[in-house]
Amino acid sequence: MTKSAGKLLFDGSDWNFATLSRTYDAIEEIALGELKLDIYPNQMEIISSEQMLDAYSSVGMPLMYQHWSFGKRFVFEDHLYRKGRRGLAYELVINSNPCIVYLMEENTMAMQALVTAHAAFGHNHFFKNNYLFRQWTDASAILSYMEFAKKYIAKCEERHGTSAVEAILDSAHAIMDQGVFRYRRPPRLSSEKERERARERLEYEEQTFNDLWRTLPPSTRDREEAERDASERKKALNLPEENLLYFLEKTSLILEPWQRELLRIVRVIAQYFYPQRQTKVMNEGCATFVHYTIMNRMFEKDQVSEGTMLEVLQSHANVVFQPGFDDPRYYGMNPYALGFAMMQDIERICTAPTAEDRDWFPDIAGNGNWRDTLLDAWANHRDESFILQFLSPALIRKFRLFLLTDNAGDNFLEVASIHNERGYQTIRAALARSYDIGANQQDIQVVDVNLLGDRQLRLRHNVKDGVQLEETSRDATLRHIRHLWGYDVSLVGVDAETGETLYECSTDGDML
Amino acid sequence: MSIAQCRRGMGAKSTIRGFSMPNFIDRRLNPKDKSIGNRQRFLKRAREELKRAVKEQIKSVGIADVGGGQNVSMPTRGVSEPTFQPAGDTGDRERVLPGNKEFSPGDRLRKPQGGGGGKGGAGTGEDEDDFQFSLSHDEVLDLFFEDLELPDMIKLSLKETMTFKPRRAGYAVTGSPTNINVAKTMRNSHGRRIALRRPKQAEIDALSAEIAELEKKPGAQAKERLAMLQAELDWLERRRRRVPFIDTVDIRFNRFEQQPLPNANAVMFCLMDVSASMGEREKDLAKRFFVLLHLFLRRRYERIDIVFIRHTDEAHEVDEETFFYSTQSGGTMVSTALEEMLRVIAARYPANEWNIYAAQASDGDNISGDSERCVSLLSAAMKYCQYYAYVEIIDERESEIFARTDNGTSLWRAYRTVDGEWPNFQMTRIAKPGDIYPVFRKLFAKQSALRQPRK
Repeated sequence: MTKSAGKLLFDGSDWNFATLSRTYDAIEEIALGELKLDIYPNQMEIISSEQMLDAYSSVGMPLMYQHWSFGKRFVFEDHLYRKGRRGLAYELVINSNPCIVYLMEENTMAMQALVTAHAAFGHNHFFKNNYLFRQWTDASAILSYMEFAKKYIAKCEERHGTSAVEAILDSAHAIMDQGVFRYRRPPRLSSEKERERARERLEYEEQTFNDLWRTLPPSTRDREEAERDASERKKALNLPEENLLYFLEKTSLILEPWQRELLRIVRVIAQYFYPQRQTKVMNEGCATFVHYTIMNRMFEKDQVSEGTMLEVLQSHANVVFQPGFDDPRYYGMNPYALGFAMMQDIERICTAPTAEDRDWFPDIAGNGNWRDTLLDAWANHRDESFILQFLSPALIRKFRLFLLTDNAGDNFLEVASIHNERGYQTIRAALARSYDIGANQQDIQVVDVNLLGDRQLRLRHNVKDGVQLEETSRDATLRHIRHLWGYDVSLVGVDAETGETLYECSTDGDML
Repeated sequence: MSIAQCRRGMGAKSTIRGFSMPNFIDRRLNPKDKSIGNRQRFLKRAREELKRAVKEQIKSVGIADVGGGQNVSMPTRGVSEPTFQPAGDTGDRERVLPGNKEFSPGDRLRKPQGGGGGKGGAGTGEDEDDFQFSLSHDEVLDLFFEDLELPDMIKLSLKETMTFKPRRAGYAVTGSPTNINVAKTMRNSHGRRIALRRPKQAEIDALSAEIAELEKKPGAQAKERLAMLQAELDWLERRRRRVPFIDTVDIRFNRFEQQPLPNANAVMFCLMDVSASMGEREKDLAKRFFVLLHLFLRRRYERIDIVFIRHTDEAHEVDEETFFYSTQSGGTMVSTALEEMLRVIAARYPANEWNIYAAQASDGDNISGDSERCVSLLSAAMKYCQYYAYVEIIDERESEIFARTDNGTSLWRAYRTVDGEWPNFQMTRIAKPGDIYPVFRKLFAKQSALRQPRK
């Protein structure tokens, strides 16, 4: 580096490992020293665009098992990318310890700096500190678990054939959304050793299984006893159960041990991603706020040039662009835009509050300590509670948010609220609700199993606000559940408020 | 890059600067195409749909274009991944949208058509209605061949890319040690040594001899001179070390260019009866027949011209579009097509410069008395042709009656006489795509026997 570059960390757009490392150190100094972030150690990996496409299509996991649906996603992404209709992400980050950050080789040095601040510090801090991630995922175990899963599934394919494994995975994927514990905390991932032991036990059971027992005549118990057994069994099954994958894994009547293990793998992955789905706005907002703050600090400290800063700002502006609802580019609220704007707004409320802010946010307005306020928000909220607590009237006005109600019976949409005094509360609550995954997802539970008769599995769909299921995909999904359960499955839609039965269907072909 | 390589591996956390020192790992050299296994699984799964898509495509593109890396669009049937989805037209919802310009509370808007409920989330699932992606050349051929029931060996030889022969082409500064060009390297070295005045061995030898001599002589003058000579010798030795005998900048390697094997040109004649008796099915089969011949030729020849001749009771050279898709009314006189072919050969494709291949498709109808004339014309044409294939497209119900019999249409009977006479004449009846390949059996067999194209 020449003298003329002064204190600049890098100059020009080319990067090498020396500039990457130097820039990382400078970013780290600001992130840990000034923003007081707390991160997992980082592992930065440079990858090419093809590898990014690969990572994309296997839901961002470096060690994903093989399945045709990832191939489908791959050909789809690949096609769009080659047609130039969609760009690639500049980075990809994995919630693991150490935290793995993928940087694209094609990025300029300015972008590498931005991405490092964004992913290696912003996302990383969020993963390590947010309560959902702390409680529900196990960052230190996920990589070894994925490695185990990949190997295990490959081994199953070898032993039982690819199509047999795919059939189970297809069915399991269909109810992945119903494969998470929403309220109950999931068990920790057991260590490698324990899993090994469990598997050995299963293998032993398989070996010592004796088919002769099946040929014994059924015991002649009187009916009363049988019924008592059934109710005990039902109690033992812990019904109702919201986690369909868990229920099928534990109680399905036809699955072999290895098939249960496959269900478990899909369930673990679904659970692992569940917090990410609940914190999209916060997570992206946190990362965007961090990179924006850090890049500006570096510019103030003369560590980066004006040219770099211009490039960074242009790319930042693209990321946080929010088109209006009538814009052809509109695809819903941009989580980057909303999250970043809210966090910047919190900074403003803390340092330069208006009278309105003092009314709405008495706790934090003018406390002058935006860093701690943000650290606290990042640690203790998910999207729904974050919006409900922190979306300010000023921001509602800035985004010009309005609320539309859409009732099935009407042939019109109605504007319920706009950005005015009467509308702020309603809009804020409605927006928060729309980010409540738990409430928005179809609530489908196992309610009963007829173990004595036709062994039918009974599911109940608690219909909220009259939103029913799309029939073709519903029936196809039920067939997948039947495949895992082994006997007929029925689903009844019940209105969550009135208790009225809205529809009934089952897999034996005819509607009930 | 060396920083990255020496810190490879996750366990190798650096302890120099505390726990958060990052690992930079260069993964660019790791295998790409991690998804290739998944991609193949997907294609296998979608096989039936894809076969249909490729078949459609072969109908719509030109003969010469079959097998290019093309975009295929297919419906998601068979590869859909169902989940429980909310039905767009039920229930009450509320949506918060940005960018209000003119609305006030209570305003009513018309509902967007087509169940707008699902709109909004930019998930991965939404755009899949028109699922589109590109198939590679090989994948298209695989699907195409499967339909034609080609043996695997043939599939391989058809997909094989052109063979290259390395040819000397000047010099390069990089290369493998076995390719060092010694003469060129030494010439460079020599020039550099002269330019940089590398001390010659003779000079040093002379100096050393003088020193040795002086060392024997006593006296202060000798000592002084000795010191001077010694210094000079040191300087020369140093200079010799600094200007090496062969420097890396001298080294030249022989450069090789991959040159495609010289292939002669080929012309392919497609002859087809287009009278009303040739329906869509017949034409589709004929097209597949022509496509296969073209694929074979493309593998062997650098340049292929295709000549389309269609005939009813008169023959014309036409373009591909007209050939396959326009109909013409009239009787059927096959000899006119052969005449036209001979005329084109004489006019544009002298047999000593071109490899001539001909493929004729017909339903076997011919005007009475013309078949004999065909035989004599064909015998004349066979003198020029590398290969002549005739397929008679018959009804699937007829295929059993006609199997392995000599009787048939007059044209068929007439051609049978030629069949015995010329080894490079092939004829068969086809009723379905799977029947096409046997026509070419001899051609492909010949292909594996003689690898070098005719000069």
